[in-house]
Parts: sequence; C-alpha cells; structure tokens
Amino acid sequence: MLSDKDRIFTNIYGHHDWGLQGALKRGSWDGTKTILEAGRDWIVDQMKASGLRGRGGAGFPTGLKWSFMPKQNDGRPHYLVINADESEPGTCKDREILRHDPHHLVEGALIAGFAMGAHAAYIYVRGEFIREREHLQAAIDQAYDARLIGKNNVHGWDMDIYVAHGAGAYICGEETALLESLEGKKGQPRLKPPFPANVGLYGCPTTVNNVESIAVAPTILRRGPAWFSSIGRANNVGTKLFGISGHVNTPCIVEEAMGIPFKELIEKHGGGIRGGWDNLKAIIPGGASCPIIPADQCEDLIMDFDGTRAVKSSFGTAGVLVMDKSTDVIRAIARIAYFFKHESCGQCTPCREGTGWMWRVIDRMARGEAEKREIDMLLQVTTQVEGHTICALGDAAAWPIQGLIRHFRHEIEERIDLYSRNPRPVERQMMEAAE
Amino acid sequence: MSVRRLASEQPQSFAISPDNLAWAEKQLLKFPEGKQASAVIPLLWRIQEQEGWVSEPAIRWVGEFLDMPYIRVLEVATFYTMFLLAPVGKKAHIQVCGTTPCMLRGANKLIDRCRERIHPEPFHVSADGNLSWEEVECLGACVNAPMLQIVPDTYEDLTVETLDKLIDDIQADRPIKPGPQIERHHSAPVGGFRALTTPELYDGSMVGQGAGLAAAREAIAARAAAAEEAARAAANPAPAEAPAAPAVKAQGEADKEKVPDQVKQTVPASDPSVRPDAAKKE
Repeated sequence: MLSDKDRIFTNIYGHHDWGLQGALKRGSWDGTKTILEAGRDWIVDQMKASGLRGRGGAGFPTGLKWSFMPKQNDGRPHYLVINADESEPGTCKDREILRHDPHHLVEGALIAGFAMGAHAAYIYVRGEFIREREHLQAAIDQAYDARLIGKNNVHGWDMDIYVAHGAGAYICGEETALLESLEGKKGQPRLKPPFPANVGLYGCPTTVNNVESIAVAPTILRRGPAWFSSIGRANNVGTKLFGISGHVNTPCIVEEAMGIPFKELIEKHGGGIRGGWDNLKAIIPGGASCPIIPADQCEDLIMDFDGTRAVKSSFGTAGVLVMDKSTDVIRAIARIAYFFKHESCGQCTPCREGTGWMWRVIDRMARGEAEKREIDMLLQVTTQVEGHTICALGDAAAWPIQGLIRHFRHEIEERIDLYSRNPRPVERQMMEAAE
Repeated sequence: MSVRRLASEQPQSFAISPDNLAWAEKQLLKFPEGKQASAVIPLLWRIQEQEGWVSEPAIRWVGEFLDMPYIRVLEVATFYTMFLLAPVGKKAHIQVCGTTPCMLRGANKLIDRCRERIHPEPFHVSADGNLSWEEVECLGACVNAPMLQIVPDTYEDLTVETLDKLIDDIQADRPIKPGPQIERHHSAPVGGFRALTTPELYDGSMVGQGAGLAAAREAIAARAAAAEEAARAAANPAPAEAPAAPAVKAQGEADKEKVPDQVKQTVPASDPSVRPDAAKKE
C-alpha cells in the first residue's frame, strides 16, 4: 500500500482547507520559482524522465507531448488547454481535484504553460460540475490576488488562467472536439493532422492535457522524477487516482500506486466485493469504453496499462466498475451502448448510425428477443464502426460490446433460449434482475 | 446522437437582466479579440439560469450580442444537452443519472419513483407545476452512486426513501442538504478514512523538501557557471580553441551527472540515493 507521504493529492477527500492557505501548508507553490528558473528544457526533460503517462485514458507520455510544442514562437500565441470534461461513466477523479485540491492544478497550469511557451491557459470544465467550477475559479482568484499567476507575477512568467465550461456533451472530452467547443461551436472532432500542437485553439499551437496529468506535475518536479518513477512497474510508473464504484462494500476515490493488484485495491479500499470475493462476476477496469473482464481473470489482475492490456482490456482512467453475480451483464452493457448512442456527435456516419443500431440490437438481446445468428452479426458490425470514424468514440462504443460477446456469449444465448421457449414472462423477470 | 428541437410554444421576446448583461460583457474579456463566439455556452447557460430554459428569442439575442449567425447559436443550443429547450418544474428539475455505474446501484428504482411521483414521462411538468424530471447520462459522481442533480448541486448515495424525503422537502420548501445523503464524507469510504490519516501531511512539514528542487538549483548553478566560463573565454581569447560550444557541452554533461533522471527501476524507493528527502525525514 502506498504510504501517505507518497500521495500527491493530500486533500482529495476535502477534509482540510482547499484554499490557498491550506494548499501552501500542504506543500503547493513551494519552490515554483526555482523550477521555472531551471528552464523550459529542464522541465520537459524532468517530465520525460519521470515516465508520467497522460491520465486521461490514452496514456500518452506527458513530457513528450509538451516537447511537441514549437520551440520558437512564430507570432501566434501558444495555448495550454486543460481537459476537465470528465464524463466517462465510472470516472470521477478530476471532480475531486477540482473541488478539493484545485491549487495543484493552478500551479501545474503555470509550470506547464511555461514549459510550452504559453501565456494563457483555458480549463474546460464539464457543464455539470458547477460547484467544482466555482471552487476552481476561487482558487484561481486566490492565486491572482497573491500574484502567483497573472501579469507581472512573482514567478516572472506572465500567465493567465481562464475557466471555460461545456454544457453536457461527452464528446467534448475528445481533444479536438474540446477545442471546437471552446471556440463556441458544436463539439465535433477535427481531422488530424494537423495536430493541435501546430494548429489548435484559434489556429494556434495548443497542448491539451488531462487535469490529473497537469496537477501531478508540480509535485513530480519538486520531489524529482526518480521518486515518481520508483513507484509502480517499468513503463507504468507513479501514483494514480483510482475510483471504485459498483458492487463493493465501500465505494471511494483513492490515490494508489500504479500496478496495485486488483484484489488488493478492492480489499483495502473498496471494503471487498459485496457478498465476498466469490460473488464477483466481472469488472470494467477504467471507464465505460474499456472491455469487460470476467472474474476468473481478475484474480491476478495488475491495475496498470500493461496489466489490463494483458487481458485484452485497457486501463483508461482507472475508474473501476465492479459487478457482482446479481448483475444482468447484458443489460449493463446495453446501457453503456445507449450511452454511446446518446453521446455520438453525429458527424461520421458509421458512428451516428452504428451506435444506434448496436444499441437497438443489444437491447433486444438483453430481453432475449433475438436470434443467435445475430450475435455474430452484431460482432461484425462493431468492427465496421471501429476504426472508421474521425475520433475514438466509434471505437469506444464497439469495445464494450466486443468484450461482452467475447466473455459472455453463453449468457446471451441462454437468454435467447429462455425467451424463445416462453416469450412473455422473460421480460419482467429480467427487468427485476437488472439491479 | 440525441435529437432535440425547440419548443413549439415560444415567448414573444427576451430581455437580459442588467446584472447578467454586465456579467456577459466581462466574459468577453476572457477570449482574444474577434473570438467572442467562445462565450456562447457560458452566455446561454446564464440565460437558462435567469429564465429557467432557453427560448428562441434568447437564442436570437445571443446571436446578435456575440455577432454570430443565428444558426450557429441554434446549433449550440440543440447540440448540448444541458440546455433545456422547454420550461421545466418551477421548484426543481430533477436529473437522475441512469448510466451503468448508477444503474448497478439502483438508479432504475429512483427513475421509477420519479415516474410515480412527478410524471410518467420525462420533461413533463407535474400536475402542480412544481417538479419535472429526466434521466441523464453519467454525471461524474460514480463512487457516490446512485445520484441526481438539481442544478447547481448534486445529491448522492440515494435510496428510494431518501429520494422521497428530498421530493417532500422541495415541495414543502424546506432546505435540502447537497452531497451524500448517508453518513459519509464526500468520496471517502463509508465508515472512515483508509488513507490520508498521517497528521504530518497537514502540519507544514511537507514544505521545503524535495530532491527535484535541489536538482533544479544545481541545474541553475551549472548553467550560471557555464555562462561565466563562456564569458571569460570570450574576454580572454588566448587559448584560441575554447569558444562557447565546449562550455555548453560541458554544462550538459554536468547537468546529466547532477540530475538523477536515469534511475533504474530496480532501485527501491527508500534508497537514499533515489530519495534524499526520504532519508532526511527518517
């Protein structure tokens, strides 16, 4: 178990002052000037050496991303955009940073902005996080008042930080859709290339980072990359905020070491599976788009990028969703399919039409009102959506269904059998089992 | 994709309140000149807070205010699902999260209860005009499932009983408490903290330590020394082949040695060479 002193977010539960005075006492804004004085290249090198991989789901190395920004300013301003549009079902870590530890993020924005030559940062908060937005704005105002950021601040690098917000579109968590939304348009992703590092917000060089990636940067630089990379396994280092939801005794958010075994995470922090370990049916390891993992593969599961990939899933945002044996797993995935149908932006045909098609079929399967040959047809349609869209939402909609068919085909078949034997009562019975 | 249309019945006109107008002018300062369209979402949201919903005259007003084509504002208002395009309950519009993490912990029971107590259909106002409800997608409080939002607050860790009480309190104009509706501190586990219990985290002793800061200071000193060396070499051209280039290279070498950026994964975290600060604390 990670010791408390190695935890970065020490006020994640909001049991202390989230404001500037409290943050200063917990070590934020300590030596920030020294870090900036060491230079832009030094910061980027340190971030690369720390091995930090982006915390928004894709796991791209953060230091490398920062180094993509043009070294010389060609007259266009540089922008840092922070993605606080946390909407992946199962994920609720950034919310805790925004409302309980916002100064980590504000300080990180200054350092990251300096490292990429940006004098302005926009933090795009999802529309539903209204109280969180207020806390963040208050923290930014405190930093302005203390001249930690702003024009002519004590750190010698002019930095303006603005809070922007969305209004309930999951797709705006995709970086180019976020930029579109920030420009006042519908959040429909852009084709890449050109990449945001060259043509981003308002056509200027832009880097989009997740809240957690930016918020851990100051502590990594203060304590040294060697400290950060000593936690976890090679290529999967550092600490990470885990969210444990679903059928556990005590759902919670906790910062733990990368590479913690799933069992340890659940027993120590989640209070164990509801009804005991043997009652586990399956998990979704990192937000709704990650394929489901059945219980027999959870026994030795390591919670990091490589550990989850070994069982054909992905680490995502580390929002673990636990399902016990009472779960109607087909209906659970059908609800996720509905989510993606609802959130498709409508730009690419395979996704706009495909997400609705997949949802309608799997919803019938959840009732058993289908034919067995349709299982393979559904699987085949998921492969026609996957990889044929501008952004990854098409992939994200396909993976949960592929995972379900891979591991729970027998349940779908049983349900179809049950329905074809006696069409009426099944629906009622299944509706009750849904919870 | 969710298909959304404007309400069939629309008011004749829209007028923004003076306070909100001043607020809107201030929003424009956040964005570069000519990019005022960026304020469209915050502006529509403010209007929804003022009016309770977003009407067609309001959309036209935003278009004029931001110098945007009307159709672009209409696109935004219909694309983003938090904009309510028709009036909702006077006292509260209850948005119940129905996505899988909440569903697994009983959100469907909450939705059924809303159907019984408010209206069988979402977005329909209850008989007394006070309440309405809808099922929304993940609101981002999955460890506090099931939950709902009544803008601006969230109400978490609900049961049918606590939902009933919530609705009763709203109807009776009694104050309601946001956050978890059970004995629980935000997102911490029920029954007490299992992490962040070390008092030293909060007494100020975390300030001023850190191997990274020491490395930063060394990098700064090395660069200053190299610059000094280069300046001296430039001022005294006696050894002809000692220009700035080797000095810069030497600085790079010096940095590499001093900055511990290449530590092997096998070295334990407690090793003092990895973490001078840890050794100091113990």
